[in-house]
Amino acid sequence: MTTAFKPSRRTFLKSSGLVLGFTLPAAARLAEAAAAPEFKPNAYLRVGADNRVTVVVGLSEMGQGVHTAIPMLVAEELDADWSRVRVEQAPVDAAFDNPIFHTQATGGSTSVNGHWDPMRKAGAAAREMLVAAAAQAWKVDAAECRTEKGAVIHKSGKKLTYGRLVAAAAKQPVPKEPKLKNAADFRIIGQPLKRLDTPKKINGSGKYGMDVRLPGLLTAVMARPPVPGGKAVSVNDSAAKKIKGVRQVIQIPQGVAVLADGYWAAKKGRDALEIKWDDGPHAGLSSDAISKRLTEATLKEGKVARSEGNVGTASAAKTLEAVYEAPYLAHACMEPMNATAWVKKDTVEIWAGTQSQGPNQNILSHVASVAPKKVKVNTMLLGGGFGRRFAPDFTIAATLLSKASGKPVKLVYSREDDMRGYFYRPASVTRFKAGLDAGGKPVALTVRVASPSIMEASGFMKLPDTGVDSFGVEGVADLPYDIANLRVDYLREEPGVQVWFWRSVGHSQNIFFSESFIDELAHAAGEDPFEFRRARLGKAPRHKGVLELAAERAGWGSPLPQGVHRGIAVAYSFGSYVAEVAEVSIGADGRPKVHRVVAAVDCGQVVNPEIVKRQVESAIAYGLTAALYGKITFKDGRVEQGNFDTYPMLRMSEMPKVEVHIVKSDSHATGMGEPGLPPLAPAVTAALFKATGKRIRRLPIDPGELKA
Amino acid sequence: MVKLNVNGKAMQVDVDPDTPILWVLRDSLGMTGTKFGCGMALCGACTVHLDGAPIRSCSTPVSAAAGKKISTIESMSAGKVGKAVQAAWVKHDVPQCGYCQSGQIMSAVALLASNPRPSDQDIDTAMSGNVCRCGTYNQIRAAIKDAAASLSA
Repeated sequence: MTTAFKPSRRTFLKSSGLVLGFTLPAAARLAEAAAAPEFKPNAYLRVGADNRVTVVVGLSEMGQGVHTAIPMLVAEELDADWSRVRVEQAPVDAAFDNPIFHTQATGGSTSVNGHWDPMRKAGAAAREMLVAAAAQAWKVDAAECRTEKGAVIHKSGKKLTYGRLVAAAAKQPVPKEPKLKNAADFRIIGQPLKRLDTPKKINGSGKYGMDVRLPGLLTAVMARPPVPGGKAVSVNDSAAKKIKGVRQVIQIPQGVAVLADGYWAAKKGRDALEIKWDDGPHAGLSSDAISKRLTEATLKEGKVARSEGNVGTASAAKTLEAVYEAPYLAHACMEPMNATAWVKKDTVEIWAGTQSQGPNQNILSHVASVAPKKVKVNTMLLGGGFGRRFAPDFTIAATLLSKASGKPVKLVYSREDDMRGYFYRPASVTRFKAGLDAGGKPVALTVRVASPSIMEASGFMKLPDTGVDSFGVEGVADLPYDIANLRVDYLREEPGVQVWFWRSVGHSQNIFFSESFIDELAHAAGEDPFEFRRARLGKAPRHKGVLELAAERAGWGSPLPQGVHRGIAVAYSFGSYVAEVAEVSIGADGRPKVHRVVAAVDCGQVVNPEIVKRQVESAIAYGLTAALYGKITFKDGRVEQGNFDTYPMLRMSEMPKVEVHIVKSDSHATGMGEPGLPPLAPAVTAALFKATGKRIRRLPIDPGELKA
Repeated sequence: MVKLNVNGKAMQVDVDPDTPILWVLRDSLGMTGTKFGCGMALCGACTVHLDGAPIRSCSTPVSAAAGKKISTIESMSAGKVGKAVQAAWVKHDVPQCGYCQSGQIMSAVALLASNPRPSDQDIDTAMSGNVCRCGTYNQIRAAIKDAAASLSA
């Protein structure tokens, strides 16, 4: 049996900049289905004789709900009985390539967006085969049959459950272009169904990477250079080796690892290592110098990301200039980075909470010198991802340690290792200069963004010929407002710190910059910030739609309790539109207190509205944590933060009430793991401006700047 | 050898007495429901009960458990309060990534065992040591109130 939906074989660029061929005969593996007592029309689903439907998902579940949303897409077109639907994590296989990335990986809010059509087709094809099987058994025309809740029903009232049709359905030809439902006929898509992964997440039974156990497993904790690019020049491991449970000390390019019978012995062993480090070229790295360097870069012109009209000759009566800054940020997933690897003679097996199974398969095949198809990737639950688990640093190091030791090795980062392990959201400085007419209305806007390049840092992308990193300018270069003369420049600056994708990527800082400056422009024009935006979103109806919905539901303009003020911001990212209104006051401790956030969302057709709402709420919490506390700073080349005492997290008492309203839409479904984050910070700081008259232009918010 | 009582069972483990309870549970006993988050009692992911009181197992040496009873997430469905809290967590579909939820549930059960009708302020105080990076705090609060209501019904 073959599947109509197997992505074509391809050669493509992989992480580490390696060009690799990657082929997997998925069809051969699927041929086993014929013999099994179940119906397996393609790689994505199985129907058992017991009526159980198993949806196999290649995407990583990191809290965003993809292990529920993808099964919903399949179940909808299959007309499955949702109560009989289960989810199973897929192996690494080309059949599970993310259609947007062309490799098996989860990120960029692409899951629903990229799988909306293919997963529905997978379900629809199976449904047509089940119908054909029933029609054959009844000797009737298939057109006289319908499906409902896991059964085929003939117009005469005859009914067969899918479980009774599995053998006959498996013999039907796979339809090439199965017919998809009209949205009006959806019974599962659009419903606030319960998540399939909740039961195992409330009793300790769900298995994360950290929970992997294997016979003979050693746990590794690694000492890494305290300065980026540093190297160990001498290692004295005699004290470490005396610790009970310590088995081996192994030096690899990434650092010096202590392998022991468990984490505690490995950690004690690591802490007992005496290592002399060569700090290398970044020994003098400091956040003050980085800030100065980025700020000075914005004084010059850069690579042009967008240019409309002529900012040079615009007739401006006045100018308004402001410099905004955002720091490096760590992802701080609740589960510190970890991976278990077992390298044997010509095979590698890894167990990890990873967002990048496909890239890992190729990278680790090179690390261990085995064929890519000899690398097996077991995807565990992810204790948070946020982009951090797209990186292969922990799987590479675990593989090297298993290869060197000959044992299965679980490499565990302590919280401090995780926090100081780089892969940060880039620091960034943006300078805005607006030309205003005599009435204070903006007629020209120049924007210069200085930041490191995520594209170059990724290992699988290159800066394009334009010299503009699209992640560096997203959220600024796509400014949706009607300003006739506009120019956005990108200035690449590389202080030497490994940067990476962080929830909502460039939008995470750029929307703070651009929406805050729009708030400044509204103030300069003497206009209400909501009305100012609304009047300039003529070419951006979906921005305008969410902006108006958020304002309406938040009661924009209506009275608030004494001391509470509103701010508003809107953003487009990853195909989705989100506006947020934040209600903020200054607490007795002088710190901002966010009471309520009202969000409006347009993400096209909605698969599961409850998951969409929770993702917006989650992104608000993540964004608020960053706005209030988030910063990774360097002194003498070293990261100054280490644990949650120095890199604080939002706590329950600080969590605002959140309301999420969803725009009804017929557009293609788009992702919601990230888009709720970008508007949060500028909405909060706009409210703080109303409250104090002080403009916050640098994150995290310094309460000292809010004092009169 | 250290003698322990975990979830009602007497056990013996061969570890140094300074080993945190967390690593005895996870590495020596294979009970991985209790999570490692920070190692410094700053995030609450490792919360277990010692004689019914919530403690951070990452920073409590196993020697401190001698003669006392350790209860973990794996035993919560056996108790009335634990069962009600887990049911409320399911009803509100609380977890996202889920990694912190063992600790959240352990803190919530300890709260409700000592305070059957907690106020919002009580919930803030009892739960402020448990970090959730996915931001499920509002759902946790709702689930605690729901569990409290179901227990007093």
